[in-house]
Amino acid sequence: MQYSEKVMEHFANPHNVGEIPDANGVGEIGNAKCGDIMKMFLKIENDIIVDVKFKTYGCASAIATSSIATDMIKGQPISEALKLTNKAVVEALDGLPAVKIHCSVLAEQAIKAALADYYKRQGIDPEPIVGKIEEHDHDACHI
Amino acid sequence: MRYVYADNAATTPVSKKVVEAILPYMTEHYGNPSSLYAIGQTAFSAVDKAREQVAAALGADKKEIFFTSGGSEADNWAIRGAAALGAKKGKKHLITTKFEHHAVLHTMAALEKQGFTVTYLDVYEDGLVRTEDVEKAITDETCLVTIMYANNEIGTVQPIAEIGKICKDKGVLFHTDAVQAVGHIAINVKEQNIDMLSLSGHKFHATKGIGALYCKKGLRLPNLIEGGAQESGRRAGTENVPGIVGLGVAITEMCENIEENAKKVSALRDRLFEGASKISHSRINGSTEKRLPGNFSMCFEGVEGESLLLMLDMNGISASSGSACTSGSLDPSHVLLSIGLKHEVAHGSLRLSLSENNTVEDVDYILSVLPGIIDRLRSMSPLWDHIVENEKQ
Repeated sequence: MQYSEKVMEHFANPHNVGEIPDANGVGEIGNAKCGDIMKMFLKIENDIIVDVKFKTYGCASAIATSSIATDMIKGQPISEALKLTNKAVVEALDGLPAVKIHCSVLAEQAIKAALADYYKRQGIDPEPIVGKIEEHDHDACHI
Repeated sequence: MRYVYADNAATTPVSKKVVEAILPYMTEHYGNPSSLYAIGQTAFSAVDKAREQVAAALGADKKEIFFTSGGSEADNWAIRGAAALGAKKGKKHLITTKFEHHAVLHTMAALEKQGFTVTYLDVYEDGLVRTEDVEKAITDETCLVTIMYANNEIGTVQPIAEIGKICKDKGVLFHTDAVQAVGHIAINVKEQNIDMLSLSGHKFHATKGIGALYCKKGLRLPNLIEGGAQESGRRAGTENVPGIVGLGVAITEMCENIEENAKKVSALRDRLFEGASKISHSRINGSTEKRLPGNFSMCFEGVEGESLLLMLDMNGISASSGSACTSGSLDPSHVLLSIGLKHEVAHGSLRLSLSENNTVEDVDYILSVLPGIIDRLRSMSPLWDHIVENEKQ
């Protein structure tokens, strides 16, 4: 197994690490048993993601996918963030080893979970907009 | 930046003595040991000498040493061979432990598919099997007990002599995978009643691709590899002469210095344990007493092992982890789970394996870097936040 230079770059110096105290959308996905948890903090104004931060527990690819995924949605309208796929995240990192693809799925899901939270806080049912967020139990480590 | 190699349980650098000894067998004495002309006979004598050296290191006779491609082949040969011998007598039960190397566990799984039954003994929190469990598990159907000498991840050293005695008394064959132990702790196959023992050269400064099986006199295992008449007709294939020569030199060198090295290396390891134990939410895996001199294994809550070892690598330290991400599967190492660790704790494991080449400065360097890396990973870990929050409540 080998990581691309891009993955190692983002792992060594991840972008957007931390919390946003006045975030208006927060999502957490994954669990400790699987060995990876991603938490996304969004600050949304007028449907634009003006700020995004993350905290991740996991391997190098989990940290690198969080870093690049946050870069990809920062400053973007919600509609663009909703279009972010795990495939795009993998491509942006110049590829991930096959056993690590699930990390990119986690990044996509974590952003969607944060967006779902944003809608919920406004009393809007997020499911028609964001879609269903997968429950992540240990069996789901295999996604 | 300082470089510290602390993954000697994975492999070791080849010693200078070994390199010097094996070079002529590639350039001058390159003959085939089966050939009757001079350079063939030179190679034959060298193989013979190495066989004596390996035998001497184990307290065995040279006729009981068979060179293999490494530890995995030796394990496969011993276990499959003993199973075949057992099956002939209608004995199709084997006993092993839950935390063996995969060379043993996967061989067992293959035998289960062929109709053998296998008992996987529990390992306790101290990383040790209990002799009474071994005794209880043996039945009239049992043809083999195979228990590793020392564990590759947590370094715990099993009560091999006691188990050997039990097996001898019960008339059951006893094999031990001693890949991590040979060259590092004193072994005597006769005194410890070991019938078969696997070893691997690259774990003690010989080259990769060479190992041996000790198989006691009178025990005729069926061949694993058929072909020519090498190794008394029991393991075919032209001998890996340079590898064998190196194995002999390395094992002799290690055994000459075994006590001195153990003293030095275990002092380094204890210094490492002492320093790293100051990190909060950490635990040592397995007994600190019944342990290989060079093995350090700890878990740090709230961090993930692969990230930890890659950050150590960025600081010039080569280490290893039993986290899922490094095991290539989705579960953390079976060894850490076998001693009762929760998945989330096992994911944060770190193994540092030292050798006599390491120094106090190496250890102090590791200790100067490790707490900062763990702090950094914890500062970005939502799991760590959960742990801290739970404690407040």
